[in-house]
Amino acid sequence: MQKHAVVSSPETAVNVKPLVTPRGLIVWLVESYAVPLVSLDFAMRGGAAQDPPDKAGLAMLTASLLDEGAGDLDSQAFQRAMDEKAVEISFRNDREHMSGRMRTLVKNLDRAAELLRLALNAPRFDEEPFLRVREHANARLRHDANDPATLAARAWRSNAFPGHPYGLPADGTLETLAKIERADLVAAARRVIARDKLVISVVGAIDEKGAAALVDRVFAELPAAGDLETVPEAPFGALGRIDTVALDVPQSTIRFGRPGLKRDDPDFIPSLVAAHVLGGHGNMTSRLFREVREKRGLAYTVFGAFYALDHGGFFYGGTTTKNERARESFDVASAEIRDVALNGLGEEELEKGKTYLIGSYPLRFDTSLKIAAQLVLIQLEGRAPDWLVERNRQIGAVTGADVRRAAARAFGDGSLYTTVVGKPEGF
Amino acid sequence: MTAHAPVPQVAHFTLKNGLEVVVIPDHRAPVVTHMVWYRNGAADDPPGKSGIAHFLEHLMFKGTAAHPKGEFSEYVASIGGQENAFTGPDFTAYFQQVAKEHLKTCMAFEADRMTGLVLTDDVVAPERDVVLEERRMHCDTDPGAQLGEAVQATLFTHHPYGVPIIGWSHEIEGLGREDALAYYQRFYTPENAILVVAGDADPAETLALAEETYGKVASRGEPPRRVRPLEPPSVADRLVTVRDEKVQQPNWQRHYLVPSCRTAAEGESEALDVLGHLLGGGQTSLLYRDLVMEQKLAVSSWAYYHGTALDQSRFIANASPAPGVSLEALDKAFDRVLAKFLVEGVDESALERAKTRLVADAIYARDSQSDLARWYGSSLALGQTIRDVEDWSSKIEAVDAEAVLAVARKWLVGKPAVTGHLLPLEAEAA
Repeated sequence: MQKHAVVSSPETAVNVKPLVTPRGLIVWLVESYAVPLVSLDFAMRGGAAQDPPDKAGLAMLTASLLDEGAGDLDSQAFQRAMDEKAVEISFRNDREHMSGRMRTLVKNLDRAAELLRLALNAPRFDEEPFLRVREHANARLRHDANDPATLAARAWRSNAFPGHPYGLPADGTLETLAKIERADLVAAARRVIARDKLVISVVGAIDEKGAAALVDRVFAELPAAGDLETVPEAPFGALGRIDTVALDVPQSTIRFGRPGLKRDDPDFIPSLVAAHVLGGHGNMTSRLFREVREKRGLAYTVFGAFYALDHGGFFYGGTTTKNERARESFDVASAEIRDVALNGLGEEELEKGKTYLIGSYPLRFDTSLKIAAQLVLIQLEGRAPDWLVERNRQIGAVTGADVRRAAARAFGDGSLYTTVVGKPEGF
Repeated sequence: MTAHAPVPQVAHFTLKNGLEVVVIPDHRAPVVTHMVWYRNGAADDPPGKSGIAHFLEHLMFKGTAAHPKGEFSEYVASIGGQENAFTGPDFTAYFQQVAKEHLKTCMAFEADRMTGLVLTDDVVAPERDVVLEERRMHCDTDPGAQLGEAVQATLFTHHPYGVPIIGWSHEIEGLGREDALAYYQRFYTPENAILVVAGDADPAETLALAEETYGKVASRGEPPRRVRPLEPPSVADRLVTVRDEKVQQPNWQRHYLVPSCRTAAEGESEALDVLGHLLGGGQTSLLYRDLVMEQKLAVSSWAYYHGTALDQSRFIANASPAPGVSLEALDKAFDRVLAKFLVEGVDESALERAKTRLVADAIYARDSQSDLARWYGSSLALGQTIRDVEDWSSKIEAVDAEAVLAVARKWLVGKPAVTGHLLPLEAEAA
């Protein structure tokens, strides 16, 4: 077992040990013995961006079926085996990854590892769970068919990324799910579940040797390489346009956005600082929160943030306001966005935003589950373990000039593509 | 509880002014969760003033004489902390999660707003609009949420649990500064509050900090009394139907009036927890196997016992029908599963799995300082003790098949209940 330098981040009290296992897999380990648990997180490249347009939802269904039977265990036997030891194993997908998580009491680690190994190495994709899980996915789509937030997000995506996988609904539609067959899942799993685009973290009451053995047992026998479709760079359509989707509800759900910067852009970090001050999630002092909610009482939620995907970055935000005042709400929010685009941030709000982003970083590391998730995320972003220290250093170094330059590039002239669902007045 | 699992050493104090203090040490990260719980919630709203507990929770962020509007939130944001608040039927809680060196300052701010709140009409009016938008977003645009409110109002015909926490729109519209201050002065007192600090904190040091900050809040003598009209026993079966053109996936639910952890006879609450898991906890449960896998009447089904309430509580079953299956068919199917359960008895291995799962959840909760803070805080706010929290796992382990069947017979089988049906409009013509 080779060892790399241990990275200790005093701010987060996390000591990351990057290990190479005997079988050559890389895992980032954090040993923590306070609670008798072990958490393992992993991710592989794949995700909804790999879905064929007429089979949107394929990645979602594939991930959903992995805990529905594997090896000698049919769906019910697999679920029962997890229950017997209170083992938690779950799989999910986002746009660009299939990821999974296992959590177990230390005393049940052997059984948990075996179940996770089976799920990834020998998934059955039996007809019964396939039909059942697909029917449940259909029911979720019907449940959300007239949900304003779901409608707004779907409409916004499909118009913002026309003809690109990012514009497809990751959960599919009733039409695309109906076209998916069991064989599609088997093929999708074969293309995605492999060692070459895999990142892993282990956190908990387990030492280096134990973690390496766990990782090798679960992942070492997977195929060496997957077979992914190349995803093109995402275009951004309809900038400057506002689309309305009529729905008979008393409130308008507004979603807006525009292209942003990609993660490897030197101005990416300053653009994150700008967006945080503008409308960061959970920031009860952001400009949008103050102007839209506190001063005018226009909405309960209002937000705006940058999202960096592998093939395009974008800004995305929104709010919900009663139909009569929807236009006012949108105008107030877009004026703030335009102001940041043209003028950057004030000195004081910039400093406050930076101290928030720096000071809040340790809160992402206060449970084993959160640590494991963060370590997978950092690896997916292609960072080294010293990112736990480096991230705050880079934010601390952001100047007013950096923000002005980054905001001018990321927000441009402040123009947006907007979707409004409801019966909005003034649009 | 597994023998090798180190149980956190929870410290419990009471200050001279009556404020309870709970410290749950967890030194893994240099972070603390600081919470204050008040023993009052939406069920203590005066008649005609529904939503006042929740509205006041919003207004608590509007500043005091010592720290005018926004100063507390500005401070929490400036140090990278998280903050928020929530209102339940039986309690209201405020919290910050911050780096440990900021604990004392948060305590000082929170102690200050226990009695120092200043409200003016120019902050009250826009915040009332915010609450109305919150209600529109979560209830008025969602037929499923509207059914939930209607079912709750039908299950609790007399007890204020039947009124939504956020309040009814027409009453929220009438809430003003005076209502908020009257409610505030009645309930926001040290005798009515519980301070919970979880995370990288030493009990003795935390107690000293609490005395320096919260200890200065003047005692009011007696804690406020909350007297609620109790729900009479149910005698009527009720069907509540919401039809809406937005509904494309119907939903079925059944709600029973049952005792809570506070009102149940010894062991009954834990037996109801286990019963909930056996009936409807995940894919190996009786409901899922029968309705979803074998009969294919539903695409999902679950059941849950909600034990954390001061007065009576609910046992809920839920199912989403498969295409073409009527909700009446689910009514019958649920009764059949329940009846079959009584006849066939409890499968011992299923009972063991359910208990293993519930006990493991208590260990998993220890991975999260904020989960622990919420568990202890909510329990104490309901009048339970630290001991009650710590004994929960062993009480779950003590539940046997007989106890599960006994609570099923006593509280569910053949008992009056509220059934909820969520349906699309076109079904009306059928």
